[in-house]
Amino acid sequence: MSTATPDTPNTAHGADGHSAAGGHAHPSNWLYVKVAIALALLTAFEVFTYFETVHGWGDNAIIVMLVAMMVLKFFLVVAFFMHLKFDAPIFWRLFVFGLILAMAVYMVMLTAFRYW
Amino acid sequence: MTDTAAAEVAALSEDHRTSTGISNEKLAMWLFLGSECLLFGGLISTYMFNKGRIGPDDIGPDDVFDIPFTSVSSFVLLMSSLTMVFAVSSIAKGDLRRNRIWLAATAALGATFVAGQVYEFTAFYSEGLGFTTNLFGSSFYALTGFHGAHVTIGIIMLMSLFVMSVRGNLSRERAETVEIIGLYWHFVDVVWIVIFTIVYLFPQ
Repeated sequence: MSTATPDTPNTAHGADGHSAAGGHAHPSNWLYVKVAIALALLTAFEVFTYFETVHGWGDNAIIVMLVAMMVLKFFLVVAFFMHLKFDAPIFWRLFVFGLILAMAVYMVMLTAFRYW
Repeated sequence: MTDTAAAEVAALSEDHRTSTGISNEKLAMWLFLGSECLLFGGLISTYMFNKGRIGPDDIGPDDVFDIPFTSVSSFVLLMSSLTMVFAVSSIAKGDLRRNRIWLAATAALGATFVAGQVYEFTAFYSEGLGFTTNLFGSSFYALTGFHGAHVTIGIIMLMSLFVMSVRGNLSRERAETVEIIGLYWHFVDVVWIVIFTIVYLFPQ
């Protein structure tokens, strides 16, 4: 059973045990490097799909792939580099609330202007 | 009491001074970043709406974008997030020398990105795409210009931290300050991840 309350930090797996900065554990530098490698590979594949468009891939397939990779990169940076995975859940909720609100407002706006 | 234990006690004491049990400064930064989602959401959706609203002979995205160049810029900004987490990690361990190195490296990578953006804007302008040329130009420059301004503000904050550190005003006890600036820096990186995909890579 988890001992974390809604506003207390999670425990970092593989952390180096330091908690002086902001009262939560920091992951190891090797984990950061692995995340950076994943981000670089995803970016390389994103750019590859741009050039592959020339060879006749369908636009819808390209867009779905690009959005999936964008969301994955977004999650990796926010969860690991911004420490949301290891920090107090209230921060995660605040950020996701702003994000969902922004997406909802502008999806409605684009729909109202018949963008789709 | 060891240095590590003393720092942990100091961090806990800091947290207990707030009514929520968490740092007010960090809470304020996350609230600010949540509101920034609305700003950039507005700019991105405006770009999406306007990019196709150009005449058949107007200059458009396919005429000006240089994807290999922008891909390198994007990679530079992504790697600046790695150096930023190293800066946060090193000050949390009390390693001030490495903290200064990583702060300077992050600022340098950010400056490289901004320089690339200035070059890109100059190239686009010389090809005939000004801010008022058409709706695509206006929304493109507004979106990427706002992002570039955010990166520039981030560089100024990083250099301020660097100067504070050199003057001896940045110690392990103020590690959270570096972490909060880091949150802002990672956010501009995250925004660029979205801009790069939607503006540059989506099929036009």
